[in-house]
Amino acid sequence: MTMDIAINGDNAVALAWKQIDPDVCAAYPITPQTIIVEKFAEYVANGEVTTEFVCVESEHSALTLCTASESAGARTFTATASQGLAYMWEMLPITAAMRTPLIMAVANRAVSGPININNDHGDAMSARDCGWVMLFSENVQQAYDMSIVAPRIAEHHDVQLPCMVNLDGFILTHAIERMTMVDTADVKKFVGEFKPLYPLLDIKHPVSHGNMDGPDFYYPHKVQSAMAMEKALKVCEDVFAEFKELTGREYHLLDEYRCDDAEYVAIVLGSSFGTMKATVDQLRDAGIKAGCLMPRVFRPWPEEALAKALAGKKAVVVFDKHLSIGAYGPMFPEVAAACTGLDKLPEMHNVIYGLGGADATVAGFDKVMREVAAGDAPKITYLGVKI
Amino acid sequence: MTSLSLKDLTKMPVRLASGHRLCAGCAESIIAKQILMGTEDPVIVSGSTGCFEVSTTIFPYTSWNTPYIHTAFGNGAATCAGVETAYVALRKKGKIADNIKFVNFAGDGATYDIGLQALSGAMERGHKMMYVCLNNEAYMNTGIQRSSATGMGASTTTSWAGSLASGKKEFPKDLTAILVAHNIPYVAQVSPHNWRDTVTKASKGFAADGPSFINAVSPCPRGWRFASEDTISMAKLAVETCIWPLYEVVDGEYALTAESARIADGKAEKKPVLDWIKSQGRFKHLLQDRWEPVVESIQDEVDRRWEKLIKLSKF
Repeated sequence: MTMDIAINGDNAVALAWKQIDPDVCAAYPITPQTIIVEKFAEYVANGEVTTEFVCVESEHSALTLCTASESAGARTFTATASQGLAYMWEMLPITAAMRTPLIMAVANRAVSGPININNDHGDAMSARDCGWVMLFSENVQQAYDMSIVAPRIAEHHDVQLPCMVNLDGFILTHAIERMTMVDTADVKKFVGEFKPLYPLLDIKHPVSHGNMDGPDFYYPHKVQSAMAMEKALKVCEDVFAEFKELTGREYHLLDEYRCDDAEYVAIVLGSSFGTMKATVDQLRDAGIKAGCLMPRVFRPWPEEALAKALAGKKAVVVFDKHLSIGAYGPMFPEVAAACTGLDKLPEMHNVIYGLGGADATVAGFDKVMREVAAGDAPKITYLGVKI
Repeated sequence: MTSLSLKDLTKMPVRLASGHRLCAGCAESIIAKQILMGTEDPVIVSGSTGCFEVSTTIFPYTSWNTPYIHTAFGNGAATCAGVETAYVALRKKGKIADNIKFVNFAGDGATYDIGLQALSGAMERGHKMMYVCLNNEAYMNTGIQRSSATGMGASTTTSWAGSLASGKKEFPKDLTAILVAHNIPYVAQVSPHNWRDTVTKASKGFAADGPSFINAVSPCPRGWRFASEDTISMAKLAVETCIWPLYEVVDGEYALTAESARIADGKAEKKPVLDWIKSQGRFKHLLQDRWEPVVESIQDEVDRRWEKLIKLSKF
């Protein structure tokens, strides 16, 4: 039985977790993720889950404890944001290198400094090289759906990598939207039993985890992780297809909107995808053939799907909610790289927007897309900034 | 294991295999073996980054005949706590029947300094795990840099003895007291020269209904500058000079043990700190006349801490 409910993004993630009922959850509160752990702690207090819930003293210990717990053979979840993710950073590549498929919700928030609690993608982008599968959500429904598909992707034995479910801070975490929830029995059946590989708690078959590698093993191990990430592309598509059968909701590596006949394609991540879809409609009404797409799966980077979607376009405009200071937004060079195999390279533009919670509006997106269509846009635009 | 005899101990499972890559004369493997003789239950070991970790887990080899996990440097307590939490979760669900024990081994850098927060957190939360500090009194793995466990006057590669300096300027932090302040069921100091005392304390720590902490002095031939065959006598001297008293704190009650109890009782000699200083190259500059006041202040501080410990203890 499915049911429509009104719920904010954090509570939607907590609800998905409740339905999955992981073995272990360890987390440390941080705005705007806090509601997730608060709500989950309430489920624990009322016996609505069987999870061992650990209130650790820091995010570093949160991810450490979760990595060890997952290595021991327990399905383990955590959540963080911004400074919390930064504090976890030392553990991020270790979690991935140890091939522990734990799940972490990230309520995307700007990274200090200056200190700022609002949304941008600075936290997630600083973690993109760490070897985690990274999924993004446009709305509350997707944050919930991605939380349910994540363990299926991460725990797949072809993948065996940790997975980050990203949802925009405040815009999604705190905003109440209508959402269709999946029946708990269906969630449990879909996610299934955790089948860990080489768990520490299998004391009859002792193994060592987290060994030291010299150059002769470090390099091959990194490449093996890259190979697993490559396999995750197909696993994502397979799991999304299965999820569609269950719910009717369709997901792909890329979410595309009016791209087929578009001349100008905007690429955007997270909640701004909805804003961009409204912008595209407005541009189409004005006779400008615009389209937009969102990489739902950011890691592994869906390069092939992107190249296919961008072939033959006049211009590609990459909207980044983060800035690699001294270069571009982080997504821009990756999109450009995906285009290098095309017969004709589209005109490439990078738009930086929304840093630290700055407004991301249809008006702003519309203005920059019209400049691109008119051939007036610079290579990099700092949208809406007043200095 | 009802009584502690060497004969019985030889029948204990060998959890740490020979052939690891620790330096000749390193006390760490000796201490770890003694600690692991403290229980006949299966043990899952975790390790903080450091000499002991890197020397026993170089891929594709491992020295561990028991499940082992390492993640990073400052988080050994959280790593051990994570395995223990998974155990609690899966045991509750009937997926595990065995009684398993959990222990983390870490150096003093990973314990006194970078890992103190994670350690404090794990102890406060009450995970049923043992944390063992292999205290060789400096960052030996990175090349003998000072830690907050380094003794005053020791020359290290970040606290050199020089024309203006007498080595490390500060007394070591009393970490054992900090752990006692967590009001956990069992805290102890041990030395590898007294295997009976160490194994007894380890078995108490493993049996404790909650977290336990054991601080072990771990003489380091390379860092302390002494001959590698003198490790055990060096450990013994640390106890005899009261630099490293042997004691345990059970549910908050202090008790001196072994040689330390005998010294406090007047049945054994309390050796002067100068014996300790003369025995190791890291202190040799202190024998110069100009550093005599430093030696005196070390003796004064050792005496002060020792007297305080006697007041706290039953012996």
